[in-house]
Amino acid sequence: MPPILAIQGLTKTYASGLQALKRIDLQIERGEIFALLGPNGAGKTTLISIVCGIVTPTTGTVLVEGRDIIRNYRATRSMIGLVPQELHTDMFVTVWNTVAFSRGLFGKPANPQHLEKVLRDLSLWEKRDDRIMTLSGGMKRRVLIAKALAHEPEILFLDEPTAGVDVELRRDMWELVRRLRASGVTIILTTHYIEEAEEMADRVGVISKGELIVVEEKASLMRKLGKKQLTLHLQEAMTEIPAGLAEWGVALKNGGLVLEYIFDAHEERTGIPGLLRRMGELGIGFKDLNTQQSSLEEIFVSLVSERA
Amino acid sequence: MSGFNGRGVLAIYLFEMSRFNRTFWQSLVAPVITTSLYFIVFGAAIGSRMGELDGVHYGAFIVPGLIMLSIFTESLNNASFGIYLPRFTGTIYEVLSAPVSPFEMVLGYVGAATTKSMILGFVILATATLFVPLKIVHPFWMVAFMVLTAATFCLFGFILGVWANGFEQLQFVPLLVITPLTFLGGAFYSIDMLPDAWRTFSLFNPVVYLISGFRWSFYGTADVAVGVSLGATLGFLLLCLGVVWWIFRTGYRLKN
Repeated sequence: MPPILAIQGLTKTYASGLQALKRIDLQIERGEIFALLGPNGAGKTTLISIVCGIVTPTTGTVLVEGRDIIRNYRATRSMIGLVPQELHTDMFVTVWNTVAFSRGLFGKPANPQHLEKVLRDLSLWEKRDDRIMTLSGGMKRRVLIAKALAHEPEILFLDEPTAGVDVELRRDMWELVRRLRASGVTIILTTHYIEEAEEMADRVGVISKGELIVVEEKASLMRKLGKKQLTLHLQEAMTEIPAGLAEWGVALKNGGLVLEYIFDAHEERTGIPGLLRRMGELGIGFKDLNTQQSSLEEIFVSLVSERA
Repeated sequence: MSGFNGRGVLAIYLFEMSRFNRTFWQSLVAPVITTSLYFIVFGAAIGSRMGELDGVHYGAFIVPGLIMLSIFTESLNNASFGIYLPRFTGTIYEVLSAPVSPFEMVLGYVGAATTKSMILGFVILATATLFVPLKIVHPFWMVAFMVLTAATFCLFGFILGVWANGFEQLQFVPLLVITPLTFLGGAFYSIDMLPDAWRTFSLFNPVVYLISGFRWSFYGTADVAVGVSLGATLGFLLLCLGVVWWIFRTGYRLKN
């Protein structure tokens, strides 16, 4: 059985000359939740848009269950549901009508029971006769999800589903994604929140500047993303790192006034107590200290430079 | 799935028709009022002092031209707005990601716009009967010319809606191209009334052929041979179809 989604040598160069995707190869297995992580402008939306038929690829092929998305677009598109990042909705249409429209557009016979279930699952049933323009941003987001589920897709794309969404809706959304997965739907979501990928995904792909830098099981990637940095502001500048601190691999920054130590927050032993004790023994005083999680941007940078 | 997504076409068609219902007043009543004003001014006030044109009372003579004028502008407005609006609001993503072929998409959007134009045409025709005595010599050809013209201008409107990058560009063509061409294309006079030089010049105006053919279906008289009118109408239709085909083949302004 072919993978549910196979992307090969996919590139996209826009008419403006912007190279949004540089040779993407990716396979998605049936029933998995795949998170595509990346900063804004990395190419996440372009990648999704190509698979869904909204943007034409420059080169490369995309197969959905072994069928080409361009030659066989009817079969592939009717399997796919898309929740876009922006809140693109018709203002004057009621919730029920817009969901029924989506189902018809995808060529499925009317099925009020299914639509009712979708709307109830998304807490939209009470709002079914309201015009979309009267709904809040969070509700509009739910409407977009309902539209994408109206035709019972086997693959669901969620483009930044929780961007600008309140905590409650985010929890609801995660819950919904789990239920969908339990019913056999393959889910591909983009996000720039590590937390979200951590919460939901089986596998994570990191995309940066149009390239898939890493595709890994979530667990192993999270270890990489789990690095933290301890910064010690010294009382007196040092010219070199004392031999006694060599085993921690610390770095001297800022003209010898700052010591930096990278550690793994997931490890049982971080090495911090030992480091501080040794500094005390050596008589190195510090005014202040803080720890910080390496930001996603930094991780991207380090991942890119690792590859280069 | 079969080779034709009829449900998808129907969904787009009904969506567009319900949009029409929401804007009922703008879409239907405004043109009817405008047309009534034309009848009062040209038909009753001025027309009563004019002789007959081609053996037809002046008020009745301008009816085909007025219907055409409304069909041109409303077809362009409705069809261009119908496709421009989802581009503008971003909802076009759904239609593009649906298993709907370009032909089905055009059928849904342009079919709905054509329906609106036909309704409008008949409403204006009905309005006209309140003001002037009408006869229709060739009813079949009257409907045929109306359908062809409405479909052609709706296709033209679709192209316009795909091309436009702002609301002012949407207004540009109807206002600056179609209205002058219609007024100079014999909507209110027979081009035989013009001096020779202007008459020849008018023959380069495509609208002349559309109005002339349509008026022939009413009164059996025409400025240009009816076969030529029909040919010109079909030619314009094919030209629009060609451009639409090119739009979908290249993804022009629809798929980035």
